[in-house]
Amino acid sequence: MSFLNLHMYGLTAPLVGAMLLYAAGRLGSRITLPIVFGSLSISLAASVLVFAEVLHVGPFSYTVGNWEPPYGIELVVDHLGALMILLISSVSLAAALSSSRSVAADLHERRRPFFTLYLILIAGLYGLALTGDAFNLYVLLEITSITTYGLIALGRGRAALSSFNYIVMGSIGACFYLLGIGYLYILTGTLNMADLHRIIPLLDGRGAALATAFAFLMVGLWIKMAFFPLHVWLPNAYTDMPDGAAVLIAPLMTKVTIFLMIRVMFSIFSPVYEFIQHMGVQQTIVGVAAVGIVCASAMALGQRDLRRMLAYIIIAEVGYMVGGLWLANAKGMTGAILHIVNDALMTLCLFLAAAAIAHRCGGMEFDRLQGLTRRMPLTMAAFIVGALSMIGVPPTCGFFSKWYLLLGGIEAGQWLYVGALIFSSLVNAVLFFRIIEIAFFPAAAAGDHGGGPQTVREAPQAMLQPLLVSAAALIGVGLATGPIVERVVRFALPVGF
Amino acid sequence: MTMETSFWPLAAVLISLLGAIPIVLSDRRPNLREAWTVLIALGKFAIVASLLPSVLEGGGCRFTLAEVVPGVPIALRVDAMGMYFALVASFLWFCTSVYSIGYMRALNEHDQTRYFASFAVAISATLGVAFSENLLTLYLFYEMLSLSTYPLVTHKQDAEARSAGRKYLTYLLGSSVALTLPAMILIYTMTGTLDFTVGGILAGKADASTASILLVLLVFGFAKAAVMPLHGWLPAAMVAPTPVSSFLHGVAVVKVGVFSILRIVFFVFGTGLLADLNLGAVLTALASVTIIGASLVALTQDNLKRRLAYSTIGQLSYMILGAGMLTEAGMTGGLLHLSMHAFGKITLFLCAGAIYVAAHKSNISEMDGLGRRMPVTYAAFFLASLSIIGMPPLGGFLSKWSMVVGAIDGGRLVLVAVILVSSLLNAAYFFPIVYRGFFARDAEDGGEGGIREAPVLCLIPLGVSALFCLVLFLWPTLALQLIQRVVSP
Repeated sequence: MSFLNLHMYGLTAPLVGAMLLYAAGRLGSRITLPIVFGSLSISLAASVLVFAEVLHVGPFSYTVGNWEPPYGIELVVDHLGALMILLISSVSLAAALSSSRSVAADLHERRRPFFTLYLILIAGLYGLALTGDAFNLYVLLEITSITTYGLIALGRGRAALSSFNYIVMGSIGACFYLLGIGYLYILTGTLNMADLHRIIPLLDGRGAALATAFAFLMVGLWIKMAFFPLHVWLPNAYTDMPDGAAVLIAPLMTKVTIFLMIRVMFSIFSPVYEFIQHMGVQQTIVGVAAVGIVCASAMALGQRDLRRMLAYIIIAEVGYMVGGLWLANAKGMTGAILHIVNDALMTLCLFLAAAAIAHRCGGMEFDRLQGLTRRMPLTMAAFIVGALSMIGVPPTCGFFSKWYLLLGGIEAGQWLYVGALIFSSLVNAVLFFRIIEIAFFPAAAAGDHGGGPQTVREAPQAMLQPLLVSAAALIGVGLATGPIVERVVRFALPVGF
Repeated sequence: MTMETSFWPLAAVLISLLGAIPIVLSDRRPNLREAWTVLIALGKFAIVASLLPSVLEGGGCRFTLAEVVPGVPIALRVDAMGMYFALVASFLWFCTSVYSIGYMRALNEHDQTRYFASFAVAISATLGVAFSENLLTLYLFYEMLSLSTYPLVTHKQDAEARSAGRKYLTYLLGSSVALTLPAMILIYTMTGTLDFTVGGILAGKADASTASILLVLLVFGFAKAAVMPLHGWLPAAMVAPTPVSSFLHGVAVVKVGVFSILRIVFFVFGTGLLADLNLGAVLTALASVTIIGASLVALTQDNLKRRLAYSTIGQLSYMILGAGMLTEAGMTGGLLHLSMHAFGKITLFLCAGAIYVAAHKSNISEMDGLGRRMPVTYAAFFLASLSIIGMPPLGGFLSKWSMVVGAIDGGRLVLVAVILVSSLLNAAYFFPIVYRGFFARDAEDGGEGGIREAPVLCLIPLGVSALFCLVLFLWPTLALQLIQRVVSP
């Protein structure tokens, strides 16, 4: 255990920041951004140190307030958790830089509530990555969900309706998860993950109850992560929310929920339970994931708005990761865990680019993008890197996670899933090159929209720089795939893989 | 064979990639920008040439960029086959760079900075393919080449360029993602490696049906080789400015396709395995159909660049045909044709561009009597077309001769017939152009216009490359030495 308890600083910094912001914000709007960036920087610094420590020393756990588990709240910092907090805090800092600019333009006086919710959401995500307690996980999941509802409702047009839709679906998901936890508590008398993990294999003759609990937990999380066919809330919610919120929520929410699924599958239950005792279920889920990838990709083809298209791609990517995890072999799981990181980064890159484009062009319908490679060359360059990563062109990181997922699919003999991955890559190629083509060719001289792209210029620095950094990260992480797998992901796999 | 670690293979690849930065930065000063282009081209050729001696002695060097997947790093290696292709590509890039300057300035083209920068990235990718140590690295640079040439193909930015660009990427990216990528992953699953190894890596690991599926996936997956029916992108890409067509679609892009196929034939499958499983026949069958088919279509094309494009499609398959014979003479001929055709075809395209610059004509039917006004250009065109047809004393004769010998050695008389028929067809689509140029009556001014050649920056490169068609017939030693190391290591 670290005597500095750095991970606690990382967790509390955004939380304290949120309170400070709400309380002191009345003094004037000038202190809003310093508080936001200050707390997120502390959080990032703590995460980097914790990550380095886990790499050198190994995983450790921490009991909040010295209440010993199984009664107290236990935080577990293992390789996967450390990777997640590093991802969460770096993505949220990059996103906040860009948000600061778009929120100033879109939301004006509602900036303070926006950033308050924003920081609480980040604290919630951070906590999810660390918690070792199944009920705590529920609480934190609801904290992140409720702040997300609020952030979405701040958006334009029918955002309130989309948010309500999400509330209904999200609450159903939360109820399912809670029911699952309830069943587990009745069966075992504990809520600590490590404890549950120890007790569950000993439960003889309670298979039906256990399976019910597992099913509730899974379906609850699947709703939250928009796993096909439980995805219907996502496209509207992600299209209508403010740009400043999208750059944070889109990269992180679904990915963190996948991480939670890993926790439930391997830290509460075990691979033996899922893959050996219930093999039929495992095959079915991979099949559903494959169908989901194909359907979501096909639906993405029909969109005429950049962010809506990206929303459908996110749904397809969720299928990648769920399918990869349920392939039940080391390669598939490696691919899925790698894809959590990679997909978060590429979604970040693309949504940052989308926010920059929206900021300058006033919207993201494809027609507005004409001639953009000339008007916003750096933004579009970064967008293209993000697009290549989504398609899976080396050396961007998207290629390498897909590589592992394909290897896993072949090893497991899941040809449907392999076919779906390749189909989705091809569809992504079509989707993104359609946009690149629109952006590359100049607007037809006559039919310009009022003012048109002629007046558009490069994005402001606050939006451009995180975008360029994220694009560089896509290539950097891609080239570093070897060490990442070797030093982090390998330890994140469940025992026996 | 000794392989020392060295930074130079990386430098050879990177110099033009990094060189794109000063090119972009000197956007407003065309003279400085073109100076960079020429300087980088010279530097690149110098680096490649400096690596030649160690390769000829049987050594080489390698460089690992990153360990990305267990057993498959992103790594570069200079061996005889890569060196052979890199020499041809970097030399011709230099010629094309000089020519581009003359061409783009004479036509006062727009967006020249983007043009030169994309060109620099494309040649980096080409050398990357040449020096790849394994299939993954090759795939990486292969995709980079497809993407970096998109702005060049669509340079005109009109409706025609848009649809050509779409076709270009659909064919090239679609085939590589849908066919090459799965094939690569299957090979990795079976063998645990993707390294190019002398004698192949699949021997003993793949049965006949798997191997033939993989071979077909890869031959079509590398659609840059334009094996029919995946050839449609090449004629469409002719909307690009002529230097692009000449270098990329006469040399770099299409040869990268063929080079990739030959790489996997020699170093992934291994000629032994192909012979055992009798898979050479797959290659020769696909190639023969393309050779004859493309030559027939070429006869019907009136647009000069499109005719040259179909000619390219046919000639590319010669190289695959030669390799598919699996006899030493056949493989030598196939590899030799890679450079012979490169010099011949680039000359032809450069001539087409010179004609466009000087006379603004692109259809053959409009070129009556033009040869009398542009004697240098037409003389070069004549030499180069003789080389492609395969007549002595020009380079193309050597490669075709060697392939005929290879076919006879293997007892495949059908292939001899294919080569001979196709050569006749080549003559049938080239000679009328030259004949019309020199002897047909000029409809416009009756040949009174006097000499009106293209700018001298255009003439020198095409003269040099035409001369090389002749030089390579007389001194093919260097090429043969390198090929020898590939064919019988």
